Amino acid sequence: MTDASSYPKDIIRGVRHEGQAIVLELGGEIDMKCFIELKNKFKELYQKKPQILVVNMTQVQFMDSSGLATLVGALKWCRQNGSKLKLVGLVQRVRSVFEICRLESIFQIYDSEAEALSQ
Amino acid sequence: MNIDTKEKESSTNTQIELRICANPDYLCVARTAVRQVAQAFGFSEDKGESITLAVVEALTNVIRHSYDGPCDKPIIVKLNKINYGNENKPALEIVIRDFGKQVDPESIKGRDLADIRPGGVGVHVINSVMDEIDFSRADDCGMQLRMVKYIN
Repeated sequence: MTDASSYPKDIIRGVRHEGQAIVLELGGEIDMKCFIELKNKFKELYQKKPQILVVNMTQVQFMDSSGLATLVGALKWCRQNGSKLKLVGLVQRVRSVFEICRLESIFQIYDSEAEALSQ
Repeated sequence: MNIDTKEKESSTNTQIELRICANPDYLCVARTAVRQVAQAFGFSEDKGESITLAVVEALTNVIRHSYDGPCDKPIIVKLNKINYGNENKPALEIVIRDFGKQVDPESIKGRDLADIRPGGVGVHVINSVMDEIDFSRADDCGMQLRMVKYIN
């Protein structure tokens, strides 16, 4: 079930439970303006101790290194707490930030949410 | 990646100038402007987006480090189409000027990417995207970053 009503509509589009996974849907343009909001959302989700945290980025049109830093922080939390972080649906302009910073290989990146949830 | 003095002086007539407050709320304005300029100057969408990313990283660094956080002080972004280099090739020149702290330009470096941790990669992004970059102290106060990207 999606509940996007309580979130700022610009970047956080919703949070869903899918079995043992929590799916965080993001959208819009992620930069210095909203990375604290994103960081706080991750902290909120950590309290739920998800086994799998799926970040669906299909609707993210731009992300700078502030957003990337937040995802690196989330990956570190997941590794330290026995969880898995899976990223879904990176458009090329977002994927290129991972490539430039040579961080593509440390993340599990999937084309679709179904693929991320099935593996 | 230093740009020599002669080249620094080569473009004195600014074609496009954007002045924003050092506030993350206005990064979206800079993004929109740079995307449009890159497109107008003949860059592909992918390259235009990379240039936009480099500018956002530079502006974010100004807000974070030169001004120690969001404030009402100005950041000036100048964009010019120039002929540059030994072969006089068409290029986009972007100059970002702030009025904050001055630091030794040599001290502005990206960190080691092998150390996987959040943050500190903005300069690395700028270096990777642009063909040439040059940080310098501005005449009176603040810093200036000049970046060049060849159009073809």
